[in-house]
Parts: sequence; structure tokens; C-alpha cells
Amino acid sequence: MSVVGVLSQLLAIAVALLLAPLLTGWVNQCRAWLQNKSAPPLLQPYRMLHKLFNKDSVLATNASPLFRASPYIVFGCMVLAGAIVPTLSTDLPLSPVADAIALVGLFALARVFISLAAMDVGTAFGTLGARREMFVGFLAEPALLMVFFSASLISKSTSLTTIVETLAHRELAIYPSLAFAGVAFTMISLAENARIPVDNPATHLELTMIHEALILEYSGRHLALMEWAASLKLFAYSCIGLALFIPWGVAQAGAPLAMLLALPALVLKLAVGGATLAFLETISAKMRIFRVPEFLATAFMLAVIGLLVSILLGV
Amino acid sequence: MKFIPQLVNLLAAAILLLSFAMISQRRIASLINLFALQGAALVAASVLLGYAAHNPDLYVSAALTLALKVMLIPWLLYRVIRRLNVRWDVEPLINVPTMMIVGIGLVIFAFSLALPISRLSASIAGGALGIALACVLLSFMMMITRSRAVPQVIGFLSMENGLIFAATTATNGMPMIVEFGIALDVLVGILILGVFMFQIREQFDSLDIRNLEKLKED
Repeated sequence: MSVVGVLSQLLAIAVALLLAPLLTGWVNQCRAWLQNKSAPPLLQPYRMLHKLFNKDSVLATNASPLFRASPYIVFGCMVLAGAIVPTLSTDLPLSPVADAIALVGLFALARVFISLAAMDVGTAFGTLGARREMFVGFLAEPALLMVFFSASLISKSTSLTTIVETLAHRELAIYPSLAFAGVAFTMISLAENARIPVDNPATHLELTMIHEALILEYSGRHLALMEWAASLKLFAYSCIGLALFIPWGVAQAGAPLAMLLALPALVLKLAVGGATLAFLETISAKMRIFRVPEFLATAFMLAVIGLLVSILLGV
Repeated sequence: MKFIPQLVNLLAAAILLLSFAMISQRRIASLINLFALQGAALVAASVLLGYAAHNPDLYVSAALTLALKVMLIPWLLYRVIRRLNVRWDVEPLINVPTMMIVGIGLVIFAFSLALPISRLSASIAGGALGIALACVLLSFMMMITRSRAVPQVIGFLSMENGLIFAATTATNGMPMIVEFGIALDVLVGILILGVFMFQIREQFDSLDIRNLEKLKED
């Protein structure tokens, strides 16, 4: 573990923490533009976090310690996820801690705690949201694993940094399996980040909400941590997508100066990715909750076909 | 030149993807669009293979596919659904996830079947044979699971797409006379099936072919 490695790791965490609310703000802004609404300012998520951190936190009288601990656990999971996804450099001392499979487990851990906390207070909406969250999660998880396996087959490793190094430094070639995996991954990230075909992030309509129902009982700094964790999750998913499908521009180990170039590249890629996300959300309609299995089964099918195609065609 | 086999593989993957999209598509008008798109992918693959293998026959085959499957037949089908007034029909599909899982099973079966054959193939796109076989099986499944007449006809046509693609990838195309024969067959087939559709409609006021079971005299 070198000094440069530690520094690049710290920088990666700082970038994740700072850029995540910005990405959320950018997506909200793009979506407002596309829907002919007047857009909220780009820095709105930071203002909201600032406001929430300065407010007192109100707890239900029958809330258990689990309810209080969950925001910190969920936030910690998402920070760790942001730390092991190669954003600027592949020289990350933390990356041996968790490979792609453990990363999926990390997201699952956060999901379990957020759902338990939602059921803890005992309101009807919390339970409803928790059940829906687990319902979406158990369908999306295998599909996400399959996407990771498609990329792992090409790079012969499940470590995210190795995958990125292999994919960014290969000869330019067209991988049909990655095309399948890319479509599947887009569908999974829409579902996992509570985006429009599956959940609507901008509504508090009780019959449709999933993510909002989970954090309904939180306030003050707990709510701030939950919101920040949600932004970090979106950021981590975007960076996983960029790392797997457009890995160019990420600095290698032993080339710290390349990170100067990697940061603008990352911001540019995220800006385009966020605008695409807003576009996808605008053109699609929220589906019924019972259509979600169909949506996610399609994603799973695409990921498996990608895996099979890469075995058949030998690339 | 280096990219041609990769591009053909990508198009093969797109054809497979479109087959799956057709299985899960409920709207008849969108189904026809998907079918035309699959034909277009087939045309592009044929042209690329013809260029790579220096085989002008494949250009003729591609032109035939373009004229028939991308333009004429979708136009005819559109006319039929407009005349039958089923343009906005939504077919009830039961249990898309199960069909997807069965589809994955079919793809695995087709791939394992084609793996030894494609090793013997001299064509640059021998690997895509498994995909073509999978498309044929998926179209079969579509014909089995659909209950309306128009989607069944589209399943039949899509199966023919898969067969042509199999022939193109495995042996660089069939002899020209066979190609013309198949093209003519498909055209005549679609005309006859079109007449059938009108007849079924007249008899039962619906295109649901489960009604045909009532033809038995009790």
C-alpha cells in the first residue's frame, strides 16, 4: 500500500461524497427541463442536506435502537460502495476488501437495514414500503450478479479494479455480451435507485411510493443521512455502469497525474449519464407494481443471454 | 475488415434480442415493427457477410429480404390489421417471466446443440449458428403461446428469418434457386394466411384461434 494509493483512495471517497448530491441535483434539473417545469437549482440537494443536518431529529416513542442505528449503517455501506468502485483511479487499497459479488452483498445489507428500520416503528406505510423494497430487491439482485459475471468472463476476475483495467486497456473490440449486459444494467439501476418505471422519486402518493415510504418516519440528521445515502447509491450505480461499459479515462496504478484528466472525464461522463437517466425517466410511465417482476425478469434474461452469448462466441 | 466478424456477431445478438422482445410484446402494431426491425438486422448481417466472403449471392439474398420482409410484408400486415380493425388490439399474455425463463432454457439448448457444429463451419460467423437456432426455437414458442392469428403469423415469419440467418452464417447462404423458392413461398404463404385471417374473423367475430376448436361437431 503506497502513499499515492492511500491518497487516491481518500480522494475517491471525497469525490463520491461531494459529487453524489450534485448528480442527484443534475438529474432533477434535467428532468424538470424535459418536462417543461422550472428547474430547481443545481445545488438544491446540498441546501437540503444543510437544512436537515441543522434540524432536530424526532423519534417515535416506540423506536428501537435499530431505528436509530440504521441511517449510519446504510450511509456507511454506501460510502464503502463508493470507495471500492473505481471512479478516478484503479489504484485503490480498499478494493481487495470487496469484489463485485461482495459489492452486491453490501447493497443487500443496506437494503435489509433500511427495510427493518421502516418496519420498526410499526406504521402501515413503512411495512408496505419495506415489503415492496424487498420484492424489487430480490428480483434485481440476481440480475445484477449476472451483469457482473458477464464482465468478469471477459476480464477473468471479479475484482472491479481488474475488470476496469482489462476493459480499458484491451484492443478496441465489440462485445455483444456487454451490449446485453448494458441494457440489463440500465434496467436494474432504474429499479434499484427507485426511478420512474418502478418507483417515482418525486411523489408521496401512498399507493405508489417505495423509497419514500421507507424513510417516511425519519427526520433531521437521520433523514439527511438517508437522502445522502440514496444519492451515493445512485452515484455508485452510475460509476459501476461507467466502469463496466465506458471505462476509458480512469487512471491506472502508478500514474497519479492521469487523475487530473480522470476527474473532468468522470464529470463529463456523469453529466451525460445523468441527462440520459432523466430522459429515460421522462419517456417512460410508472408501471403497476405487479408489472415489476416482468421488467426485472427481462433484465435477468438479458444478462443471462449476454453470459451465454459470450460463451458461445468465445469473446 | 477486422471488425466484420464482430459486427456480424453483434447483429446476431440483436436478432436474438428482437426475438425475445417479440415474445413479450403485447401490442400487435409494435410486434410488426419489431418484425421489420429483425428483418433489417438480417439484411445488414447478410450484406456484411457477403462483403467479407466475396459472395455476391448474399447481396441478392439481402435485397430479397429487404424488399419482402422489411417493406412488403410489414406493409401487408399493417393493411390487414387496419382492415380487420385490430390495430390497437392488446393481446393478454400470461406470465411473461415464466416465458422468459423457458426462453433462456431454449437458448441454452440451442447453444449446446450448435457448439459442435459451429466448430466444423468454415464461415467467419460460424459461432452465430447457435443464435440462429435459438431464434427458430423462440419463434416456435411464440407460435405456441399466442392465441391470436396475427401474432402467430408473425411468429411463423420470424422463424423463417431465423432459418435464413442459420443458412447464411453456417454455409454463406443457400443456392440462389432455393432462396428464390423460399421467398416466393413466404409471399404466397402470407397472402393465403391473410385470407384465412379474414375468414376466421368472419366466422367468429374474433381473431382468437381458440375458437377454431368449436368447429368439432358434438
